[in-house]
Amino acid sequence: MELYSELEVTKDVALEVGLSENEYEEILKILGRTPTYTEIGIYGVMWSEHCSYKNSIKLLKTLPRSGARLLVEAGQENAGLVDIGDGYAIAFKIESHNHPSAIEPFQGAATGVGGILRDIFTMGARPIAALNSLRFGTLDKARNRFLFRGVVEGIGHYGNCFGVPTVAGEVYFEDCYSDNPLINAMAVGIVHKDKTATAAALGVGNPVMIVGSSTGRDGIHGASLLASREFDEKTDEMRPTVQVGDPFGEKLLLEATLELIEAGVVAGIQDMGAAGISCSTSEMCAKAKTGMEVDLDKVPLRENDMSAYEIMLSESQERMLVVIHKGMEEKAKAICNKWDVPLTTIGEVTKENIINITRHGRLVASLEPSTLALGGGAPQYDRASKQPAYLEETKNFDLSLIEKIPNDEAFTKLLRSPDIASKRWVYEQYDSQVRTNTMSIKGDAAVLRIKEIPGKAIAVTTDCNSRYVYLNPYRGAMIAVAEAARNIVCVGAEPVAITNCLNFGNPYDEEVYWQFRQAVRGMGNACRALGTPVTGGNVSFHNESQHRAVFPTPTIGMLGIIDDSNKIMSAGFKSPGDIIYLIGENRGGLEASEFLKEICGIVAGDAPLFEMDDELELHRVISMLIREEIISSAHDVSEGGLAICLAEKAILSNDKLGADIDLGSEPTTELLFGESQSRVVVSLPSTKENEFKKIQEKIKIPVSRIGVVIADSFKISGCIDSTVEWLISEYESAIPNLMKGNK
Amino acid sequence: MKFGVVMFPGSNCDHDAFYALSVNAGKDTTYLWHKDTVIPSGIDCIILPGGFSYGDYLRCGAIARFSPIMNEVIRFANSGGYVMGICNGFQVLTEAGLLPGTLLRNSSLSFVCKDIFLNVRNNNTAFTSLMQVGDVLRIPVAHGEGNYFADTETINILESENRVLFKYCAADGAINEESNPNGSVNNIAGIINEKRNVLGMMPHPERYSDKMMGCSDGIAIFNSLSKQFEII
Repeated sequence: MELYSELEVTKDVALEVGLSENEYEEILKILGRTPTYTEIGIYGVMWSEHCSYKNSIKLLKTLPRSGARLLVEAGQENAGLVDIGDGYAIAFKIESHNHPSAIEPFQGAATGVGGILRDIFTMGARPIAALNSLRFGTLDKARNRFLFRGVVEGIGHYGNCFGVPTVAGEVYFEDCYSDNPLINAMAVGIVHKDKTATAAALGVGNPVMIVGSSTGRDGIHGASLLASREFDEKTDEMRPTVQVGDPFGEKLLLEATLELIEAGVVAGIQDMGAAGISCSTSEMCAKAKTGMEVDLDKVPLRENDMSAYEIMLSESQERMLVVIHKGMEEKAKAICNKWDVPLTTIGEVTKENIINITRHGRLVASLEPSTLALGGGAPQYDRASKQPAYLEETKNFDLSLIEKIPNDEAFTKLLRSPDIASKRWVYEQYDSQVRTNTMSIKGDAAVLRIKEIPGKAIAVTTDCNSRYVYLNPYRGAMIAVAEAARNIVCVGAEPVAITNCLNFGNPYDEEVYWQFRQAVRGMGNACRALGTPVTGGNVSFHNESQHRAVFPTPTIGMLGIIDDSNKIMSAGFKSPGDIIYLIGENRGGLEASEFLKEICGIVAGDAPLFEMDDELELHRVISMLIREEIISSAHDVSEGGLAICLAEKAILSNDKLGADIDLGSEPTTELLFGESQSRVVVSLPSTKENEFKKIQEKIKIPVSRIGVVIADSFKISGCIDSTVEWLISEYESAIPNLMKGNK
Repeated sequence: MKFGVVMFPGSNCDHDAFYALSVNAGKDTTYLWHKDTVIPSGIDCIILPGGFSYGDYLRCGAIARFSPIMNEVIRFANSGGYVMGICNGFQVLTEAGLLPGTLLRNSSLSFVCKDIFLNVRNNNTAFTSLMQVGDVLRIPVAHGEGNYFADTETINILESENRVLFKYCAADGAINEESNPNGSVNNIAGIINEKRNVLGMMPHPERYSDKMMGCSDGIAIFNSLSKQFEII
């Protein structure tokens, strides 16, 4: 059949769909002819930064991506798959939805959640937890409050209705995110190892079906033009590229999908997110080394006059592309009918390595799938990089020049800092308990029981201090991984694997690319040392506007395993009279700290010092103390330093338990608020102190007894003296006060 | 005794209710499908679980009320069978006319998920027989539209007939405005019908029926129901 093009394709058309001149030349070479309009649209979206990872894939391949527990290699399937023993595996992944959320916060965030949930259940896994990592500009600006409110409502709307508990996350506020908030959504699912599905178009002659929603004009160019470019004054006009989510539709799609996979009728399946039918058909064929005949006239449409180009690029939500074993069509239909989920055959798998797309009886695209797909023919670039100029200034900043304020005043300000203050305003809008697995959201990581394996639990967390990464991308990224692992260890779990969401500015900016290169190197080294390989994730470049890039933000989502769910640990103090110990070394210094930003308005210095050997020793010690049931609480020292860590332990106690802390006479600001890494504060019953002291001799990092748990009061060495009630009130009211009157 | 848990499209606490009843309470439990037009014999209590039936489009519970199974649920209730609606299930029961009043949007206008305390107001029912009046239960809520409302006359009837089973309260049992998570009239969290066989409540007892979840106060409701049948 002769190829039909509704528009004549020229270099200019190629540029309009987001391709570069060189890329267009490359496409001409691959095809040996001029592409049709539909084809150039498909190349545009498949070779976009968002889908092709063209500027990141080479570096991502340097990350450790295998380990004894990993059942699929990173990038091979829609999410990572980690063996947790007893026949079960955990699928998990984090992904960004920054650009859509920046212009339409509610739907942008909602569909971000929807997309990551589909990545999980397309593998046959039932989602059991959602997390999110959010960054906004400061809340003194109305626009930022609007974005914050909209994003939180959107996440809640989708997750609550779908029926997945949102169990953990982080929220930070920093000027650099004002125009470009970061919305990273993570999902975690469970699947029996024998019941997983693969994203490959297997089996020549098998029918190809769309399961789920009909296809509309929403989301066209979402991945290629919105998510792969910076923000400018025209971005608002791209609001129609943001998809609209239907969590109810997704819930039905979940049940139908899991039942289809369980029934054994599925040969291959991939969800349709970015680049819709283009991406799912080409990636599934590229993986199976097959082809497809697809008749777009059969695709259920929301508007009948949609062109082939529009249908191929639509990012309508709640859709799956499913290859069904031939002969099992009726069984598949019956399952979908049961759940009232539409299922439509749109084509079949072919032997030849070509995807042929027809519309109105005309051949509109005929492409080799491997030339489109990530890791195949899609471009892979080495980008030039150079050390950012700002680092000279931030590294050499003379911290002796800062104006300090009395420690008790600083303490109050930090307690009220929205980065530190209670996120109750956020998390109470999320259903954190549906599916009745949530054992704890009061520790450094969330803990969920695994009903399928009695006694076993998992821990999940997300982490990244982007200020550290900005000031030292290599060390900052290491710390992000290490802190995630520390959080996992503090609840009694063993860290086993990570997923990452790498949010950076424009990769064509050499300074941004240097940040990226260094961060990937730091992350890789930390993951190797901690034994937590990368199972997959997502890269989001072009997070910048008006020539300001966001802080480099490599968010880490980490999974840990708890073999005995009776031995989980939480952060809050437990009983009056318990002894408080600090484990880890105080290295002093206010560099990169929340104190410096919140009190002095300065982001400067180097990232805190970090020694991996100390970190590993800390993990060994904390794990042992939990396993041997010596300690009754554990909380790591992070933003706000030791003073804030102790305050949080009081706030998180059930009975307004405080502490009497002795840090010597007149403790320094550095000691109270410095953010030295690899430190954890524990408390233990006095009856366990002898046992603890025996262990203490063998600990290779400093251990100091710093105080005792008391009722109602919170005192640090005469410089901080308050009631726990006051702590709670300051900590809890900060964000609600900032959001007041903005409904 | 045997429980049946209805699965509407969009129910998402159906598995949780099933688990609490079958594993935690150790009762014979089965699922009922929304398209079914027959309730299997031997079912003693039907649970309408939480979730977002039919996406809660139009109005919470407004579409679920027209599900084929609901005709049977109404028939079952009218013939004396026990029916319990939790959260979205409560909303369905008010839409179906099995319970009076309605659930409005929370006064905060936001979804809220947190632990609350319930003051048991009447223990002379099948659902509360193992409790004492004034007992305080810790049970979570998770809803955007749980603000119970009815006209004054209806509220007066509910109160005077002792048909308010649970009121939101503080940890010490005090029923006050601060402990009301959604703006419900008179802190009403759960009510019963005139024949005292249909209960609707916004909090989720199935979530706290297991010590592993940190609290098992909710199981008292299911155990009360079971006890009823042991006596018979």
